[in-house]
Amino acid sequence: MTERAGPAATGAGPVTGEADVERLLRELAPQVLGTVLRRYRDFDAAEDAVQEALLAATVQWPADGAPANPRGWLLTVATRRLADWRRRESTRRLKEATAAQLVPADEWYAAAPDAVDGRAAVSAADDDTLELLYLCCHPALSPSAQVALTLRAVGGLTTTEIAGAFLVPEATMAQRIVRAKQRIRAVGIPFPLPADADRQRRLAAVLQVLYLIFNEGYAARSGTQLHRADLTAEAIRLARRLHRQLPGDGEVAGLLALMLLTDARRAARTDAHGGLLPLAEQDRARWDAEQLRQGIDLVSAALADSPVGPYQVQAAIAAVHAEARHVDETDWPQILALYELLQRLAPSPLVTLNQAVAVAMVDGPQAGLALLQTVAGDPHLAGHHRLAAVRAHLLEMAGEPDAARAAYQQAALATHSVPERHYLLTRATRLPTPTPPSHRP
Amino acid sequence: MKYLLLIHTNPANWAVMSEQERNALLGEYTAFNKEITDSGELVDGAPLGDASTATTVRVRGGQREVTDGPFIESKEHLAGYYLVDCENLDRAIALAERIPDARFSGVEVRPVMDMGGVEM
Repeated sequence: MTERAGPAATGAGPVTGEADVERLLRELAPQVLGTVLRRYRDFDAAEDAVQEALLAATVQWPADGAPANPRGWLLTVATRRLADWRRRESTRRLKEATAAQLVPADEWYAAAPDAVDGRAAVSAADDDTLELLYLCCHPALSPSAQVALTLRAVGGLTTTEIAGAFLVPEATMAQRIVRAKQRIRAVGIPFPLPADADRQRRLAAVLQVLYLIFNEGYAARSGTQLHRADLTAEAIRLARRLHRQLPGDGEVAGLLALMLLTDARRAARTDAHGGLLPLAEQDRARWDAEQLRQGIDLVSAALADSPVGPYQVQAAIAAVHAEARHVDETDWPQILALYELLQRLAPSPLVTLNQAVAVAMVDGPQAGLALLQTVAGDPHLAGHHRLAAVRAHLLEMAGEPDAARAAYQQAALATHSVPERHYLLTRATRLPTPTPPSHRP
Repeated sequence: MKYLLLIHTNPANWAVMSEQERNALLGEYTAFNKEITDSGELVDGAPLGDASTATTVRVRGGQREVTDGPFIESKEHLAGYYLVDCENLDRAIALAERIPDARFSGVEVRPVMDMGGVEM
């Protein structure tokens, strides 16, 4: 990565390359938004103003060098935008604002950057990331709205980047964000989180959104799409940030661990032709050792220090897989025990699907199939390709190729993923062929 | 999830309508377009040229055969499409239900496959 050195006038130091600027802006975005929101109370306008400031910085900082106080610069520009906007708006809107929400006159004036905030680094106490996450992940918003808003307001991604990540036109994504912000106002979602809010439940909602973002990125086609934001990296970054703010929360650590342990496998999960490789066939030497180590350390510490929760258990399962240098060394009994624990903590038919595989590895395929039978009628799994795929896999293990073939084909028809469909059809063709007609009675 | 809403129509249905009725239905299409644009669900959409403007290409034995007309000759034909990105199938169906031609012909809802996937 080459850095373009800007004029030395601002004494900006090393932050001049575009990648550095982008990193810095992402780091600062939620901090600036949090500060602006605490003053101005209008999330819609505040978020737009901060976005504009970020875009201005994206253009100016690589050329001129980053300012000595980047956070102050952004705050000043965003504040100015808001003041301009407020002046252009009808006075009717200003009258609607309660006296408590109006900013004191002396704070309207954009102070010199140095006066606002001299610190470049932000302590955990200043970081409004958590409060912003509570806002953006409010249960009153739809999952796609939560995701888009989180990526914008907390992640600092542009609408263009988010649209690219989800393969929709920019106008479509822009509209989703507009609607989400309208909903925040309509529902009256407060910032910061009120003292009497149920923080644990709200945190659970935040973790769910971060995991959604991670999975969206993880399932994405690996390949070079230059302008597509790396959603897994973004999810991990946000989870790290959350972990910094809540170092004692076991589920936050568990989610971060789960993300790291999963992402570690990324390079190994596709074959030379871009097809998907199941866990059992992956070259484990290609798993990222550093991410594995971090993930294992995180989940071990969390399990030791905090009450156990579903993300920690899922991370623990991934860690047990990670600790086997070869698939044949996998400690399946431990994995099974962990699935049984997960089933108690957060029961779901999808957990049962994964558990059935572990049961098959420990007690044989018939036992796994029997467990599958208990959820075969579950409405959440109706037509879900994973049910058929797991059944196919277990039938293959049980030496029932005809039934396995039918199940693989059923799963292939039901999946929406082209690589998954290809994988399932390939497995079907690898099965022993049916008995020729002449041998039948 | 992305879905393709394939709008089928029977021109005979439209032909027997009064101009008022036709305009009312076109107004419904306009309103529907606006609604899914505002909601951020519309990814793409367009009406298609009349079936009489269709051309079908087949290659048989290495030879190209071009025929005038749609792939399947029938009273009903494909009139247009919407590509939407919505929360789930139920929502896609709810959108399809609102399309005027659903009342006279039908709207097929097909999930769009994507190139992503996770290891099994």
